[in-house]
Amino acid sequence: MKIVIPEEVVPQEQRVAASPASVVKLKELGFDVCVQAGAGQQASFTDQLYQEAGAEIVGDTTELYANADCVLKVNGPTAEEVELLKEGSILIGFLWPAQNPELLQKLAEKKINVLAMDSVPRISRAQKMDALSTMANIGGYRAVVEAAHQFGRFLTGQITAAGKVPPAKVLVIGAGVAGLAAIGTAKSMGAIVRAFDTRMEVKEQVESMGGEFLTVDITEDGAGSGGYAKEMSKEFIEAEMALFREQAKEVDIVITTALIPGKPAPKLWQADAVRNMKEGSVVVDMAAEQGGNCELTVPGELAVKEGVTIIGYTNLPARLPGQASTLYAQNLVHLLAEMTPEKNGQPEIDMENEAIRGATVTKDGEITWPPPAPKLSVAKPEQPKTATPPPAPKEEKKPRGVGAIVGFWIVAGILLYGLGKYSPPSFLSHFMVFVLAVFVGWQVIWNVSHSLHTPLMSVTNAISGIVIVGALLQISSGSLLISVLAFVSILLSSINIVGGFMVTRRMLAMFRR
Amino acid sequence: MDGVIYMAYLLAAVLFILSLKGLSNHESAKLGNYYGMAGMAIAVLATISSDAVTAYVMLIIAVGVGSYIGVQKAKSVEMTEMPQLVALLHSFVGMAAILISWAGYISPAAHELTGAEQTIHLVEIYLGIFIGAVTFTGSLIAWGKLNGKISGKPLTLPFRHGLNAGAIIISLWMMTYFASNPHTGLSTFMLLVMTVIALALGLHLVAAIGGADMPVVVSMLNSYSGWAAAATGFMLGNDLLIVVGALVGSSGAILSYIMCRGMNRSFISVIMGGFGTDGSSGGSADAGEQGDAVEASADDVADELSNAKSVIIVPGFGMAVAKAQQVVKEMTENLQKKGCNVRFGIHPVAGRLPGHMNVLLAEADVPYDIVLEMDEINDDFPETDMVLVIGANDTVNPDAMERPDSPIAGMPVLKVWEAKQVIVLKRSLASGYAGVENPLFFKDNTRMLFGDAKESIQSVLKSL
Repeated sequence: MKIVIPEEVVPQEQRVAASPASVVKLKELGFDVCVQAGAGQQASFTDQLYQEAGAEIVGDTTELYANADCVLKVNGPTAEEVELLKEGSILIGFLWPAQNPELLQKLAEKKINVLAMDSVPRISRAQKMDALSTMANIGGYRAVVEAAHQFGRFLTGQITAAGKVPPAKVLVIGAGVAGLAAIGTAKSMGAIVRAFDTRMEVKEQVESMGGEFLTVDITEDGAGSGGYAKEMSKEFIEAEMALFREQAKEVDIVITTALIPGKPAPKLWQADAVRNMKEGSVVVDMAAEQGGNCELTVPGELAVKEGVTIIGYTNLPARLPGQASTLYAQNLVHLLAEMTPEKNGQPEIDMENEAIRGATVTKDGEITWPPPAPKLSVAKPEQPKTATPPPAPKEEKKPRGVGAIVGFWIVAGILLYGLGKYSPPSFLSHFMVFVLAVFVGWQVIWNVSHSLHTPLMSVTNAISGIVIVGALLQISSGSLLISVLAFVSILLSSINIVGGFMVTRRMLAMFRR
Repeated sequence: MDGVIYMAYLLAAVLFILSLKGLSNHESAKLGNYYGMAGMAIAVLATISSDAVTAYVMLIIAVGVGSYIGVQKAKSVEMTEMPQLVALLHSFVGMAAILISWAGYISPAAHELTGAEQTIHLVEIYLGIFIGAVTFTGSLIAWGKLNGKISGKPLTLPFRHGLNAGAIIISLWMMTYFASNPHTGLSTFMLLVMTVIALALGLHLVAAIGGADMPVVVSMLNSYSGWAAAATGFMLGNDLLIVVGALVGSSGAILSYIMCRGMNRSFISVIMGGFGTDGSSGGSADAGEQGDAVEASADDVADELSNAKSVIIVPGFGMAVAKAQQVVKEMTENLQKKGCNVRFGIHPVAGRLPGHMNVLLAEADVPYDIVLEMDEINDDFPETDMVLVIGANDTVNPDAMERPDSPIAGMPVLKVWEAKQVIVLKRSLASGYAGVENPLFFKDNTRMLFGDAKESIQSVLKSL
């Protein structure tokens, strides 16, 4: 089967759906690969590199599509591209089926099997093909770089001969993949990073990236399905806005990444928050494509309003074309590998496979979008951690009831009482020694390191040869039978003692650092 | 008893405790062993010096012969055979406890006691023999299984739990008669019968336990041998024996507990035995469609090893069987010279004895600071380029974590499959001891290198 990678035709798009490395892997899966001439130019992949990886280079678009059984793209197809697609072929790329119902209809009518990379379900198994996370990660990084570029000062704090420079304060709203990437990048550039998210479960993740997690006083968990947030109550939003207005006075850079699936982006950074910000501050609105989180954002543009630079670029990942293409191509390889378990170059759209089912938006002329809800959310299992303590471990840890403890000691007490009442004192003193020795042994042995368990066994072997003492005391009894028994015992225990200690010594001598 | 001897015993007991404490880390372990020897020497010399001991000739002969055998055995034993030796030594303690208790019963001193003291004394004798006998035959069977002289398969007689319970109940019932009717002909006979029953019980108990549960069994017998020593201590009224018996007993109990936890099985279920024979087939049946295991050649493995920056080696019983530790060491050095970070990951129940793998690797002169425990290394697999699984199976089975209906579900395992590449060295695709399929072999990032571990690694070494 022939896989074709055309040049992207959308303006400002610098990414490409294959890298030389991914071409090699596609060939390993049994595919023939054909790349349009100049497709990877903007991502610094020359035609020669593709050729060396084993791809065929074709210049003419019509010729390219004529042989295409499977087309790998970044963006959805334009009207012309739809015309060129062969009937029954496979198309993989970002489709955004919710936003483009007509395109979807057209593709279905042409009987093209479309897998939308934006619809790959967010389940653990499908993480390797989750192109949205890939792009979000790159976008988060780029957002900080863009902000730093526009921001007229250092991000890191310094003490120089000329005076002290305070570190910049960065606020990240929405700690998804993009938000976390932004936190990590800003932190590594030396800024003080704060983050806000309605989902309490991400607090730990934010803190692990070095950010400070901001909260409002109202408790409401905003975790929705598929790892996204849901819409919050009115009271919560009011408290949130108040928090943002306060933060606006302090922070230098704001990066907003808040998205709710299927809805326009929530307006979180309102005009008065922008007014509260210092002259020269920067807002990067990563939700610009969905209308923006900031009221003053101009999607796709850089705007200066109220003295604040507001960046509304919608192509942040495409601004790192080499990186974005490399990783996106990897996601595609993973998806194709999942579809081609036999590695015979014949991909199958297995509707039983949850990951592939989710991504498939048209198949055999039918629109198969939206898919049934994924069974598992990535973040869901972690959610109870912060909201309510997880019930299972709690039960395990729960100490046995007070009744059981009291009962145990009462029984123990009765037994000890009985023993004390009817036993001779000589026995009791031995018994005391015995019980205390058990406790001493218990304490001492727990400290023995795992790797020394075998020497421990041979040492205990040797010292349990202490029964020799008993036999020694018996051997001189005068009775022949007893003497013989004692003789054998002494012999056996001597083997134990000497053998045990010697072999332990031998073993310990072997251990070296 | 002479006060000086008593103090000598106290000193010996303290030295024994210090000896065990010394084993808590590698630096102090050697000193700990010397403490143990000193304690033993003091105890023996003090006892011999007491007025009660006069038969020096016999004594010296017995100690001399015994020591000679012990030295020979200690020098000649191969480290792969340590489990057998340990089991055999346990059986000696068991036997000695039987003999000493019998001698104590025959001894005229026992006839002088009266009332409660006599009853307790008889119970002590009885228990000493009982525990000693179970330890003796149990250890012998364990020794045979570890040696391969007896099949490692669990022996499952019908009504085996009933047989065990019956043996214990009869023994207890006879004890009540024995203790309340001192030194009649019938009670002596009962003591004999009990000795035989206890011997049979030990035999049957261990025979019912499968070969790979031996780490638990050996530590359990270690514990029993301690209790047997303690029981003889009670009988003789000797505190030193009691202390040492209690130390050894609790040590064995803790080891058994650690081993059971390593397999996520309860102690009871292990000593009840018969694992791998019932209920476990259900788990593997529907998991049959696993796909194909991909075979790799020694050249491929060598090739990939030389490109790897970090390698974790996970040895199992298979390495001990193939005696491959020396070549593994050579390979480790070879890789280290190439700048590769080589480490070892040891599962708590790998091998047939607690800590068995550590001793084998130490014998091959692998430094112990690159030999890590499961908990220390389990989070490092995702950043590891390559994992070499040498003769381990159940301890690296992903089913334990991923399939709740698997017979080994919940057992902590080494998460080798998270590494970029896994090479499994194994003789065949056969399932492990627990009788469960191992889906690790069929994972995308797993390659199989079939054959004897030693030969396989040798050929890998050649190509490196």
